[in-house]
Amino acid sequence: MRIPRLVRRTVGPIAVLILWQVACSAGVFTSYEVASPLAVFDAGRQLAEQGVLVPNLLISLRRVAEGLGLGVGIGVVLSVLSGLFRIGEDLLDPVVQAARAVPILGLVPLAIIWFGVGEMPKIFLIALGSTFAIYINTFAGIRSVDSKLVEAGETFGLSRWGLVRRIVLPGALPNFLVGLRLALVGSWLIVIVAEEINAQSGLGYLIMQAQTTDRTDIMMLGLAIYAILGLLADALVRLLERRLLTWRRGFVGA
Amino acid sequence: MTNIRNWLDPVEATDDVAVVARNVGRTFNGREVLRDVNLTIKADEFVALLGRSGTGKSTLLRILGGLDADYEGEVLVPERRAVVFQEARLVPWLKVVNNVLLGLGSRGESRGALRERGLHALDEVGLSEHESDWPLTLSGGEAQRVALARALVREPQLMLLDEPFGALDALTRIKMYALLQRLCARHRPAVLLVTHDVDEAILLADRIVVLVDGALTFDAYVDLENPRDRGDASFLALRSRLLGELGVDERAPTPLAPSPHVVRSAPAFREGSESVRESYRDEFETKEKVQ
Repeated sequence: MRIPRLVRRTVGPIAVLILWQVACSAGVFTSYEVASPLAVFDAGRQLAEQGVLVPNLLISLRRVAEGLGLGVGIGVVLSVLSGLFRIGEDLLDPVVQAARAVPILGLVPLAIIWFGVGEMPKIFLIALGSTFAIYINTFAGIRSVDSKLVEAGETFGLSRWGLVRRIVLPGALPNFLVGLRLALVGSWLIVIVAEEINAQSGLGYLIMQAQTTDRTDIMMLGLAIYAILGLLADALVRLLERRLLTWRRGFVGA
Repeated sequence: MTNIRNWLDPVEATDDVAVVARNVGRTFNGREVLRDVNLTIKADEFVALLGRSGTGKSTLLRILGGLDADYEGEVLVPERRAVVFQEARLVPWLKVVNNVLLGLGSRGESRGALRERGLHALDEVGLSEHESDWPLTLSGGEAQRVALARALVREPQLMLLDEPFGALDALTRIKMYALLQRLCARHRPAVLLVTHDVDEAILLADRIVVLVDGALTFDAYVDLENPRDRGDASFLALRSRLLGELGVDERAPTPLAPSPHVVRSAPAFREGSESVRESYRDEFETKEKVQ
């Protein structure tokens, strides 16, 4: 029997939701410990009606977009310098590798000292996280481009710039997209922590506020929104992959 | 051939010569791969360079193709060269026609005219309907035909073929031989075909040179009429000669040949056991060729 893919993929999450609701209704958890899906939905509706939800959501989105944009830009530039030139690798790679070993969230206190409590520290942390994800993957992508293709390009008269543009960078694109996916996931992680520690707005701030008022339903609402945004971000990169990598006939599962 | 390119010291070259290699040597980490190689190829000559693997034939081809500059001696090759490798080496993210046109800037030529040229080249190898396919969707033979089109679209004065049929199945290979012969007859480039397949060399080449341990040991014209017949007596004589040159003794027992014991224990074959063994051996030789 043929069940559409979309249906098969939604069965799992729906089952979890139902179990969760049943467990809450049956009194397995108190509403203080775990809010039921219906309660979470209700909290969302209330916050939306009060005009609290959407502005905070947009602020978080904007922070992620700005930090990610900056991080992707810097990551691409660094990885290209490092990937194409030995001297670039020697100068940049050890620095980036060492910096990458520092846990980003450990930098939150420092970021506050450096950039105060405005937008800058959040954008800085997100940018830093995405820079590393992009750098590591794109660099590996550039270095894994088949040298036989580069050689073929050379024999057929491609200039150095032509080789980079037609062969090296497109060859590194699949890895770049892997990096982009990781950067997106990482950005959401960083923004929630940054907003919980030090912010007067954003989804993380809403969650922190909810903790002080014991509103488990709002906390879980915030987490649910993060989950949905994460899924959307992932879908976006998948779409990009489908559009940009049509030439690939990779294995997609039996 | 007016624009002969000079790599090292000037050597006089005439219009009907495509390749001059004088005292060419190449050493990798102290290991001498090519030694004192002298080779001249005429402008429309098809030369097969025959040798076992690891004897430096690809190294010589790479030197002539400008892919290796660390050699000793003198090399003259024409400006317009094209290489076809054993793997087609098509760029996976460029559509077939753009692979054909790879590296051809539109110098004084409109994009449309350039594309026309690409399509024409694809038409010559019988793949015009695949112009906007992705290379990964092509079969091995098709990919190699695209590689041929990519070489020919440059109207090369010298075409360097590095075991271009090595990865193809036997049936595809036969078709490719015919295609290559048609294309060479039309475009008349000088061709250097590197191969370890003796039959392939005899079928295709005007002249065969043999490379053994980095030195040319044999150089002769193939005095056979076209189309060439593998069963022809002079074909077989040349084949034996070349196999001998490569150090392969056709008469020596091969490890995979059926043992006499097996043949003897099958009474039905006893009478013809000799010929059975012969045919086994032939089959084996054809499959094995010179490794």
